[in-house]
Amino acid sequence: MMLSIKQQPFRAAVLVLVWGWLLFLVLAPNMLVVGASVMTRDPSTFIALPLNLDAYRQLFNPLYLEVFLHSLYMAVMTTLICLLIGYPFAWALSHVEKRRQMLLIFLLIVPFWTNSLVRTYALKLILATNGLLNSALMSLGVIEEPAQLLYTEGAVVVGLVYLLLPFMILPLYSVFEDLRQDVLLASHDLGAGRFATFTNVIIPLTLPGVLAGVMLVLLPAMGLFFVPDILGGSRNLLVGNVIKNQFLDARNWPFGAAASIVLTFTMALLMFAHRLSKRRLGEEGA
Amino acid sequence: MRWLSRSYLALVYLLLYVPIIVLVVFSFNDSRTGYSWGGLSLRWYESLFNNHAMVQAMWNSLWLALTAATVSTLIGALTALALHRYRFRGKKVLNGMLFVVMMSPEIVLAISLLGLFLLLGLQLGYVSLLLAHVTFCLPFVVITVMARLAGFDERLPEAARDLGASDFTMTRTVLIPVIMPALMAGWLLGFTLSMDDVVVSTFVSGPSYEILPLRIYSMVRVGLKPEVNALGTLLLVFSLVMLMMSQWILSRSKQ
Repeated sequence: MMLSIKQQPFRAAVLVLVWGWLLFLVLAPNMLVVGASVMTRDPSTFIALPLNLDAYRQLFNPLYLEVFLHSLYMAVMTTLICLLIGYPFAWALSHVEKRRQMLLIFLLIVPFWTNSLVRTYALKLILATNGLLNSALMSLGVIEEPAQLLYTEGAVVVGLVYLLLPFMILPLYSVFEDLRQDVLLASHDLGAGRFATFTNVIIPLTLPGVLAGVMLVLLPAMGLFFVPDILGGSRNLLVGNVIKNQFLDARNWPFGAAASIVLTFTMALLMFAHRLSKRRLGEEGA
Repeated sequence: MRWLSRSYLALVYLLLYVPIIVLVVFSFNDSRTGYSWGGLSLRWYESLFNNHAMVQAMWNSLWLALTAATVSTLIGALTALALHRYRFRGKKVLNGMLFVVMMSPEIVLAISLLGLFLLLGLQLGYVSLLLAHVTFCLPFVVITVMARLAGFDERLPEAARDLGASDFTMTRTVLIPVIMPALMAGWLLGFTLSMDDVVVSTFVSGPSYEILPLRIYSMVRVGLKPEVNALGTLLLVFSLVMLMMSQWILSRSKQ
């Protein structure tokens, strides 16, 4: 049922507006980044010909490679900690009575609606040398001298976990909500113990949620440059800090673009894994 | 087992909320150093409102969030309606693009937009901020409206069409009233996302239009600023009100 533009002016106007916006402000800029990553740095026009792969080569420069690996390490730690805290949390949350669940979910999305910069700053009040945590530990006699908590790798990971934990919990909660009780009973009736049920039934069924959570945590954990700026000092940088410096300070667009393509590529891989896990479940379930 | 899981939930919530509580309490702290308690005081709120640049940044942010939320709600609602109602070539691509915008790290969106604006020679300021904010709010509005349309009786628009209504009339009289709660919720979410954004704004804003998150950012990078506690508390209350309004609108519409 294809009608012409004359017959449906409204439809045509809507489609032109939507497509126009996305092509101009999503597709074109992304193509530009891909293009910039294979061009040469230029002080006046930012990027210039000739085309080359220097920016990608620069990614493997030991100096930057170290920063990237360190950033990846902190992001992976963040993701693992979020998963370790979030998995049992989501399970427990899905077992609370429905009426209270609404309130608890509300409390979980409050952080999503509040200023992440301000919340990162609040952590600084707690972690500073003469901050609350050190004072508390000293008055309890656990430590004698204030410990250096701020401007460490640990502080960055704590900050990232604090900001990103809800993004791990929410997708996990939704898969636990869909986990049907009869499947678990069936597993029990077929003679599986608690552990076997967990590894053979619960883990595979909640895997899409795990992967969605990993995707929502791992990527921002490499990009949120203000967390190391506030909590980490100059030695604990994220890929996001490198990208920001290249674009705003060093004015090296090709290199900044190449670094951001690494992030995009990681995202594509994770999305692919997520789709795969869902499809597998779909086929088995049918 | 039951009490164990309950206390675990309570512990995690406690950890999530302790920093926020500390921030709110310290915003009323009279002490200058910021770490020790010096008695109740409103002096940081006072110095906040006496700071001219800060108040200007606050107005700038509010105006930006207002316009960005409104534009993204308009475009987002039309997009959702198009995705729901029409069959057209490239529908999957459109869906995919929205999904990618939502999932991709903010910093990737930020540099791509900065590149576009600079190459086009657009001066960084209100317009560049508005275009960027609308773009990252858009997918959230589309999702909220789509969710509302998913549970909608398909026979209503068809009845309207059979009675001779044009596409535009049908949208105005049948679809818009149905998606109204989702539009309001999407608007509130867009407003909040815009008010709170740091990453994208860092790249696409210029000196001509200073906004609140960037002002906070430049303050907290160097040491502790008690005014930030006061400002953070105000922003927190503001977000809470927005979130509660949005939940109220959505839950009321379900009944």
